[in-house]
Amino acid sequence: MSIPTNGKRLTPHFESNLPPRNRKATLWRTLFQLSTTIGMIMLMLLLYNIINASFGLVAIDNKIDPASLAVDGVPIEELDQETLITIIKENVSKGKFRQLEREQPLAERTWDEVYQVVIDDVVQPKDIVGTWSLVESLTRKEEIVAEVEQEHPQATVKFTSWIDPQFVTSPQSSDVLKAGVRTALLGTLLIIAITIVIALPIGIGAAIYLEEYASDNWVNRMIQTNINNLAGVPSIIYGMLGLAIFVRAMKPITSGAIFGFTDPTTANGRTILSAGLTLSLLVLPVLIINVQEAIRAVPNSLREGAYGLGATKWQTIWYHVLPNAIPGILTGAILSISRAIGETAPLVVIGAATYITFDPNSPFSKFTTLPIQIYQWTSRAQGEYHNIAAAAILVLLTLLLSLNATAILLRNRYSRRY
Amino acid sequence: MSVRVISRSTKANPLHHHPRRGEFLIRGFLLFCGVFSILTTLGIVYELGKEALLFFRNPAVDLLEFFTGTKWQPQADAFGILPLVTATLITTSIAMLIALPLGLAVAIYLSEYATPKARNILKPTLEVLAGIPTVVYGYFALTFMTPVLRSIFGRDVVDIYNMASGGLVMGILILPLITSMSEDALSAVPRALREGSYALGATKLETAIKVVVPAAISGLAAAFVVGISRAIGETMIVAIAVGAGPNFTFNPFKGAETMTGHIVRISGGDLSYDSIDYDSLFAIGLLLFAITLILNIISQRIVRRFRETYE
Amino acid sequence: MIDNDLNFAIQAQNLNIFYGNFRAVKDVNLSIERKKVTAIIGPSGCGKSTVLRSFNRMNELVPSARSEGQVLFSGYNIYDRQVDPVEVRRRIGMVFQKPNPFTKSIYENVAWGARLNGFKGGIGNPSMDEWVEYCLHKAALWDEVKDKLKQSGLSLSGGQQQRLCIARALAVSPEVILMDEPASALDPIATLKIEELMRELAEEYTIIVVTHNMQQAARVSDYTAFFNMDENRAGYLVEFGPTPQIFTNPQNKLTEDYVTGRFG
Repeated sequence: MSIPTNGKRLTPHFESNLPPRNRKATLWRTLFQLSTTIGMIMLMLLLYNIINASFGLVAIDNKIDPASLAVDGVPIEELDQETLITIIKENVSKGKFRQLEREQPLAERTWDEVYQVVIDDVVQPKDIVGTWSLVESLTRKEEIVAEVEQEHPQATVKFTSWIDPQFVTSPQSSDVLKAGVRTALLGTLLIIAITIVIALPIGIGAAIYLEEYASDNWVNRMIQTNINNLAGVPSIIYGMLGLAIFVRAMKPITSGAIFGFTDPTTANGRTILSAGLTLSLLVLPVLIINVQEAIRAVPNSLREGAYGLGATKWQTIWYHVLPNAIPGILTGAILSISRAIGETAPLVVIGAATYITFDPNSPFSKFTTLPIQIYQWTSRAQGEYHNIAAAAILVLLTLLLSLNATAILLRNRYSRRY
Repeated sequence: MSVRVISRSTKANPLHHHPRRGEFLIRGFLLFCGVFSILTTLGIVYELGKEALLFFRNPAVDLLEFFTGTKWQPQADAFGILPLVTATLITTSIAMLIALPLGLAVAIYLSEYATPKARNILKPTLEVLAGIPTVVYGYFALTFMTPVLRSIFGRDVVDIYNMASGGLVMGILILPLITSMSEDALSAVPRALREGSYALGATKLETAIKVVVPAAISGLAAAFVVGISRAIGETMIVAIAVGAGPNFTFNPFKGAETMTGHIVRISGGDLSYDSIDYDSLFAIGLLLFAITLILNIISQRIVRRFRETYE
Repeated sequence: MIDNDLNFAIQAQNLNIFYGNFRAVKDVNLSIERKKVTAIIGPSGCGKSTVLRSFNRMNELVPSARSEGQVLFSGYNIYDRQVDPVEVRRRIGMVFQKPNPFTKSIYENVAWGARLNGFKGGIGNPSMDEWVEYCLHKAALWDEVKDKLKQSGLSLSGGQQQRLCIARALAVSPEVILMDEPASALDPIATLKIEELMRELAEEYTIIVVTHNMQQAARVSDYTAFFNMDENRAGYLVEFGPTPQIFTNPQNKLTEDYVTGRFG
């Protein structure tokens, strides 16, 4: 045993310092707590900003001042259907009136429909001269109306909800009031469908291979490292890969020309198929990693039980490992799909169409997606495009929210069973 | 004449393999799936490399100028990548200035201080933040962050398109990533270490900062590197809010274009294959790929070293 | 009225410890004499560690833990509302079952706690270097590490790490050192070293050691407290007295059964 320094006892000197230390501790604890609120605050600001832009007053310049159509001082909103039909007859050309009657006799339409005809064909709203956010619309309403009266006497100011069922079901249009996200939404859904069909089997297959079949040699380690690296590659690089391979090199296949689907003169590879293939490559690495974790979480005792009964490797996996890994696999799949839905850059690089009004109906159609639509509208200088961009964002967020909520529900249901 | 006696039974040994063709096919399919990722990487390297090579072979392009030139104007045959690189660096730095301290602070709070109730609010919030598409963040940067900056610093100081908005919003985007990786690193520090510190009369803060954080430093460093990699590769926020043209400047309040923003803008327009513009995109892409790959490898090395400390 | 004698370093009075609604320790009254080694023995699960950790308020690190009763340290109740547990833990140190040195150098492991608590070197007072050396001497580790003070504390063997943890605890000048099965994770030779250390340290400090090794308790301690578990799984003090008496002439039948190996 070592002997303390000459048996001498050392008395150290400590200065009492507990109060300042405690003060410091409380200070930093408060700072840490504050920083956690930043995330909350940002999220709320984000949502506030979007909702603020999705509803509000809009001032529309009209060709004919609707006030001038009033009959006996009664504004058109309060006139009955017969009088409205008379107004229509008096103000549109004979040919137009005949056309309207041919489509559906005005007397047989609902009041709302007839009123809409008055608005569309008589008043003829044209340009948007101003939009205001929700908060402004609620607080400064009179000021705004007065402003508009002064500068654009023929304009109507009304409160509109930029997001409404009509918005979701209308196709793209250069008229902000009529524009909708239907084309983009269908594009997104079709592309995601292709992504799921391709990425899910390959991703799950790769994960099974790596976790159950691969022995620990350098090849398999390299594959694993490779996947980890791919997961960190920026999404735009996948876009460039897709552009070079699917759009350009595989053009005959992806454009559908080889199958005789489209006119070879206008065909190019910028189709839904290319987009789906590109997104598949993009989500594969993260999907594989997630599914690997799910498979790894299945306890070995389950596998050993199956092997002990003489089951083959695949039988063990198919009947025992996979069913128990389903909650994790589902989560991983939903996460990957959510990511794919929100991706913009790679699809822009592939060549999303800037202006299409028809619905995509085959894998070889030109496409646009919801995020791309948002990007395009946001990039426009005119303020009113920001309003419909916000509305489109709400649609996108709702889509993602329902997807993730379904995931959580499914996961809870399945994990309870096992 | 010798008679060969067949001494062995001709019946098959019941314990031997019998062919399971199904298993074999399945195994083949799975192997293909596993190897598929290698094809992807090869594809990326090949395509980027091929087009980049075409770009560098073009007589208008000089390799030295590419890496040191401060002008990127294809019409004027100027192909200096520095404007794009500095813009990427500045937006990334601003993003990390936000995300790193805040992310670490939240991680420390979550792992050392938070009650289960607080965690149940905080973790989902962070997950939501992480799940919002970047294009939405871009919209937020343009329509909210920029006006706020302009009203704080003045409209003549801050341009409509500027790097600061993009950088700040990118910081918010990356925050959940840093927090989750940092929290994993901090939680991996064994409880015994904390107890040893408390037993010496240390406060919670002193334990957290002077014992736990140093012990978790590798994991935190890995989080930092991954965050940088993510910021460098971010596209939509910068495409929407930062600017529409290469601009060699260090002023964060001015507009500029990052590498990613440039790629997305050019490819979104009219682009003909085999033009120098097309090839130049791939050169930029190759550089981008190389940078993020190196960063990711570094972070994986750090994590591996970190795991060794506790094994 | 229980003896508030200052001869006792620690006195537990009607101590009950709960985890949520579960009572882990029941009605403990125990007086620990200064500068002696007191051993706490008993079968596993009978609350020995819980009682030990209640002496320096380490139980509070578990959110659901709650205690009733008093623990007097030099006459003051450490569970009084105005008492800062940080201050308590400086005066009553602890060595854990599994060695847990910090991921710092050997020197830093020892110096850190002292520096944190306001150690000031200078004229008339020992410098930090001197103090670190002194603590490592007292922990019987100096000779083995004096040439590698800058190396990581984790580079030492298990037994050395534990002695480093003891040196670390000594560095903040506690009055009492609690040891929670300090040698159970070590090999026999390292264990012996720790036991020798305990006897040496008792000259200057009060040592309370929890151990499941009866022979160790018999070898090392001056006093022994025997705990057992009742039908509700709550631990309680069965018998307390000078070690020779507990082991050769126990008053309680349970004690006798335990020390003769009939159960536990």
